[in-house]
Amino acid sequence: MSSNLLKTPKDRGRAGDKIFSGVSLGAGILILVILFSVAMFLVVQASPVFTADPETVTGGEGFAAYIFPIVVGTVIAAAIALLIATPVGILVALFISHYAPRRLARIFGYVVDLLAAIPSVIYGAWGYLVLAPQMSTIFTWLAENLGWIPIFAGPASQTGKTILTAGIVLAVMVIPIITSLSREIFLQTPNLHEEAALAMGATRWEMVRMAVLPFARPGIVSATMLGLGRALGETMAVALVLSPGLLSASLISSGNQTIAAEIALNFPEAFGLRLSELIAAGLVLFVITLIVNMIARLIISRSKEFSGAN
Amino acid sequence: MAVDQSIQRRQSQLTRGKLPSYAVWVVLAAAVILGAALSSLIGFSVAGWAVISAIVFVIGATLVTAVAEGGRKATDRLVTYLVYGAFILALIPLISVLWTVLERGLPGLSYNFFFTSMNGITGAIDNQTVEDGTPVLGGAYHAIIGTLQITFWATLISVPIGLLTAVYLVEYGQGKSLTRAITFFVDVMTGIPSIVAGLFAAALFALLFGPGTRMGFVASVALSVLMIPVVVRATEEMLKIVPNELREASYALGVRKWRTITRVVIPTAISGIASGVTLSIARVIGETAPILVTAGFATSINWSAFSGWMSSLPTYIYYQILTPTSPTSPDPSTQRAWAAALLLIVMVMILNLAARFIAGLFAPKTSR
Repeated sequence: MSSNLLKTPKDRGRAGDKIFSGVSLGAGILILVILFSVAMFLVVQASPVFTADPETVTGGEGFAAYIFPIVVGTVIAAAIALLIATPVGILVALFISHYAPRRLARIFGYVVDLLAAIPSVIYGAWGYLVLAPQMSTIFTWLAENLGWIPIFAGPASQTGKTILTAGIVLAVMVIPIITSLSREIFLQTPNLHEEAALAMGATRWEMVRMAVLPFARPGIVSATMLGLGRALGETMAVALVLSPGLLSASLISSGNQTIAAEIALNFPEAFGLRLSELIAAGLVLFVITLIVNMIARLIISRSKEFSGAN
Repeated sequence: MAVDQSIQRRQSQLTRGKLPSYAVWVVLAAAVILGAALSSLIGFSVAGWAVISAIVFVIGATLVTAVAEGGRKATDRLVTYLVYGAFILALIPLISVLWTVLERGLPGLSYNFFFTSMNGITGAIDNQTVEDGTPVLGGAYHAIIGTLQITFWATLISVPIGLLTAVYLVEYGQGKSLTRAITFFVDVMTGIPSIVAGLFAAALFALLFGPGTRMGFVASVALSVLMIPVVVRATEEMLKIVPNELREASYALGVRKWRTITRVVIPTAISGIASGVTLSIARVIGETAPILVTAGFATSINWSAFSGWMSSLPTYIYYQILTPTSPTSPDPSTQRAWAAALLLIVMVMILNLAARFIAGLFAPKTSR
């Protein structure tokens, strides 16, 4: 798109052209610099903890021993969230794209987007004051009847503030992400494929299974990965809903902690080495979510090339 | 003749082996009755009744279809119910959240809430209000001011950077490897956990101004890390759909490229850009974690984003719930928190609606 084919005699505005293209190039590079400096500043501020005497780190056994349980806790919370959110999110997306009456589908789409618009602290407050008390009765029942399964081992939390409750709140926050991305891809399914399946006498589900889902598989995978990224990094819902503790296999007694909540709960009072520790924990979280997001984006860009979508 | 017709109708190939339309309602009625019976066995509750009835209905309807219409139809029916069920399941938390916020937040919206801060409000005062049953004192004035200031500065940083980057991506960098890198990393940036963005800003200002630097502006920097990618994506999409004919017409008249961009391309796309910016504000206005680690928390009004700790609505909600002003009677704090939550949701909803309104209002007049 070269524009300077026509040169005015006085060359008026040539400087403007240069400045404007330079400034916009600078803005683009600035974004790369920001992302790079996010990583750099975190590394610099976190570095004292890696060289520190293991005894001075919280827990007294070095950074690895400190970070491991909360990484596992983060993964547990995210796993619970995805186990619930992936099937529900995909089915809701199918509902909006293929099952709901055409005229209502748009409105339902807005409604699901509304779920995404609610600030996370409000979900946290809701989980803390509404969901957790409700869950405690279910937990008691689970501990009594299914207590022999390690994940439902008692004693059940009386407040309901456990990692399972946190996982459910996270699931509610992840569903709209998975839904809106999957919906976009379901809607891109070639109409001819769908009509061909229906013309062969397929039922609606057979049409979805044979025409829509194979087409959308990479999209679903990457939507789930992006949901995972959100669930891993979500802070407030966990900070409010979970009453933290040591790593434990039981999902219904208080215990476990996630990286993001650990930072949020302890950062305001932290100083010195504790501060570096928390920033290092943030760095670990950053690296994990970065990897998850990059894989998701790679899958999306690959599937775009192959499917002919867009 | 009449007899013949009725026989023919009964034997019609098209409707043979199909359930009559009332069959579903029969199964539903049976499921509701059975659900009531089963749930009263294990201790009756409306929620338990609804859940058991739904399960019985789905199983029952599937079985009836399997017997009358065959396995394929039954699978189809089962999946249809699952899809509808998933949607209803996803609506439950939404309705519950909105209802809770409305129910508990409305009583807290008062003159005090909007126009007084928490300055001087102690646990003793809260205890006194609970004892006397007088209206709750103290409010979120300082938090509202903080939210507006922090969001304003974040917008002021993000919009130029985001807009110019999008201009570069669409107008200057087509096909360059730098463009691919920026696009990829902008996508990756949308996935940065908000608390990491907060830590980044905190770490940056700790290096520049010494450890423990907390003020509103640090929070704005943290929020703009989250906001920039949203602005870039929205603007990029909008610039891409500006018809190339407009650019070419402008070039043909001898207009310079930067004048074309600022006078033709951006004005054409302005409605989409404005609505994208509004949506990005809606996204960051409710962020809590980055503000928690960058702006600290204050109970009194702070008009300056460049000095001193600052409160914002999300952190206000967080602290009012987690550490009530009066630990022995947390009700006033809870009430303030829900009122603030209601205010925050209303702000986000208004921003979302405004985005749609703007998109419609300035939509370019396309040729028919």
